[in-house]
Amino acid sequence: MFEYAPAPESRSIVDIKPSYGLFVDGEWVDGEIRNKTVNPATEEVLAEVAWATEAEVDSAVRAARSAYENVWSRTSGRERAKYLYRIARIIQERSRELAVLESIDNGKPIRESRDVDVPLVAAHFFYYAGWADKLSYAGFGEGPRPLGVAGQVIPWNFPLLMLAWKIAPALACGNTVVLKPAETTPLTALLFAEICQEADLPPGVVNIVTGAGDTGHALVSHPGVDKVAFTGSTDVGRAIARAVAGSRKKLTLELGGKAANIVFDDAPIDQAVEGIVNGIFFNQGHVCCAGSRLLVQESVYDDVLASLKRRMALLRVGDPLDKNTDIGAINSAAQLDRIRTLSEIGASEGATQWSPPCSLPDRGFWFAPTIFTGVTQAHRIAREEIFGPVLSVLTFRTPAEAVEKANNTPYGLSAGVWTDKGSRILWMADRLRAGVVWANTFNKFDPSAPFGGYKESGYGREGGRHGLEAYLDV
Amino acid sequence: MSDRLAVRKTYKLYVGGKFPRSESGRSYLVQDSNVALASRKDVRDAVVAARAAVKGWSGATAYNRGQILYRVAEMLEGRRDQFVGLGETPADVDAAIDRWVWYAGWSDKIAQVYGNANPVAGPYFNISAPEPTGVVGIVAPPDSPLLGLVSVVAPAIVTGNTVVVLASEGQPLPAVTLAEVLATSDLPGGVVNILTGRVAETGPWLAAHMDVNAIDLTGVPDAELARSLEEAAAGNLKRVVRPPATPIDWHADPGLGRLTAFLETKTVWHPKGV
Repeated sequence: MFEYAPAPESRSIVDIKPSYGLFVDGEWVDGEIRNKTVNPATEEVLAEVAWATEAEVDSAVRAARSAYENVWSRTSGRERAKYLYRIARIIQERSRELAVLESIDNGKPIRESRDVDVPLVAAHFFYYAGWADKLSYAGFGEGPRPLGVAGQVIPWNFPLLMLAWKIAPALACGNTVVLKPAETTPLTALLFAEICQEADLPPGVVNIVTGAGDTGHALVSHPGVDKVAFTGSTDVGRAIARAVAGSRKKLTLELGGKAANIVFDDAPIDQAVEGIVNGIFFNQGHVCCAGSRLLVQESVYDDVLASLKRRMALLRVGDPLDKNTDIGAINSAAQLDRIRTLSEIGASEGATQWSPPCSLPDRGFWFAPTIFTGVTQAHRIAREEIFGPVLSVLTFRTPAEAVEKANNTPYGLSAGVWTDKGSRILWMADRLRAGVVWANTFNKFDPSAPFGGYKESGYGREGGRHGLEAYLDV
Repeated sequence: MSDRLAVRKTYKLYVGGKFPRSESGRSYLVQDSNVALASRKDVRDAVVAARAAVKGWSGATAYNRGQILYRVAEMLEGRRDQFVGLGETPADVDAAIDRWVWYAGWSDKIAQVYGNANPVAGPYFNISAPEPTGVVGIVAPPDSPLLGLVSVVAPAIVTGNTVVVLASEGQPLPAVTLAEVLATSDLPGGVVNILTGRVAETGPWLAAHMDVNAIDLTGVPDAELARSLEEAAAGNLKRVVRPPATPIDWHADPGLGRLTAFLETKTVWHPKGV
């Protein structure tokens, strides 16, 4: 392996305040209860953050309602578009700051936050800005109406990108929002609140309430909310679906996954291995659509495994702010526990665990890239979402068997197919019960491409023209 | 009061990202300024420049083209006063800026409303998607020299076409000034080429040019001239946008017609099977 000199990105560009309040009605208000957010790579406390109570959530929803009725629903699509374009431009202008802050708070490599997350965030705002004055052309009839106030709860794996996926279409369609970022990664959402101010977005159109599960519960069950959008675990998604039952709230859920990444014997092996690595180790595997089940055709199993192990030995795990880092920190102690627990179960159920030699920092939350071979469909590591850098490897003989195994999961978010044969890609895509099928690539995202799951991976789509439907009264 | 002598602007053509004078060495007087009087050779040079720009511009991502059109709006906003000084109403300038924004947003959406998956009766993946037609010749509206001009140029280029525009003959100064906006907006040279002069002189050469794929006759109020240009355009079966039957309200929602007029639909078939 090459020796690399450290190449850390400077943190001097970010200005983390010691304490943050809630962003309600265009202003900062102190919260009653406080919580701390830490840098998962060092366990250093970054800031104290409010933990919104039910009353505080209520005031945010009221602010959003008032902004909806008095301002935003009366703002033309053309003017809404221009606000969103402004926000997109400010994100581009402050991209370095956002990327560094994201890596510090989340633990993801700076290369990823800089080259993937933040550019996609800006692109998402640009894309939906363009829809704001074109809703009559989107295929939902003439002049489709917004829903009102959207309550949005997002996860910690792509904090700012998930914010963009939620806020951009909501605002473009004419809704106002109350958004709750995850309790371990609130900082970029709070910086986004500043960006809304900088863009002169009318007060109350975007409200940010920080907190944990109880704050989220208060938000989604608030009677003043017309639309609930959630990205996170399937269990919480189920609880939200129950909570909104019987109401008029429109619900979209983007939940867990256990995607099959299927490699046929005619696939270009090196390219497929890159895709396997990207599929499961991108963002430490904290990806709902991660390719966490590798299905390899038996005839190329030995070649693929040897090549995969060779490649994994070259992955650099460590300081998220180092520009050469491939795999950063696990986002929290709780998540690290879950990954460890499921890995131990994998080993105890009889699968073979392997990680490349890899030294991990002393402080912070770390997990070496790991594969399990000899995995059967009955193993928990083949069925449950680990949400970490852990790959389960299974084999198949025929395309029909690959389809059976790939679909043998309650999830249905994504799938990958690696083969040189175009007709087989399309044959597989027809049969895979998943919302996104990547062929000879993996983990590709674009604001114009709808994303979302089948089955227990949730319902509704984010991105693309389809993503508008979640925020329109149609 | 200063006795400093003002420096006057030379109003030239805009071809291939540069500002040449007419090769003919001619000009005509408009609002006390000499404006280049384009010739047949200038038309041909502009078509060459437009054709050369097709590959790069149509090959750019839709996202990139949208960013650039939005940048045009930013630059135009910064020069608002200059256009008002040329006699444009503030309302027209504002509408022209917003029109760039409107079309910028279409870059990555037109395929989503004007393309589709086709459920053919067989094991085939089948999808139709729009592609730019190529080089579009445009006769810009004579009576709306900024808003009308923007309203015919932006929809043609946002999808990846390149254009040769014959500016308003009687009021060409906003077009030349718009060229200065375009030249500072990251728009690649040759995507928009603007000629000033006599439509009756240059129009026939543009309409008959065999390397032009479409022609927009919106700015040809003379029915006889429009008919002869359309006839000339038939030589290589150019796509033709005829002059409007009734005057266009340039402040109204533009619709999709000017986008789709210069798009080809490509349908791709691919078998499905193991």
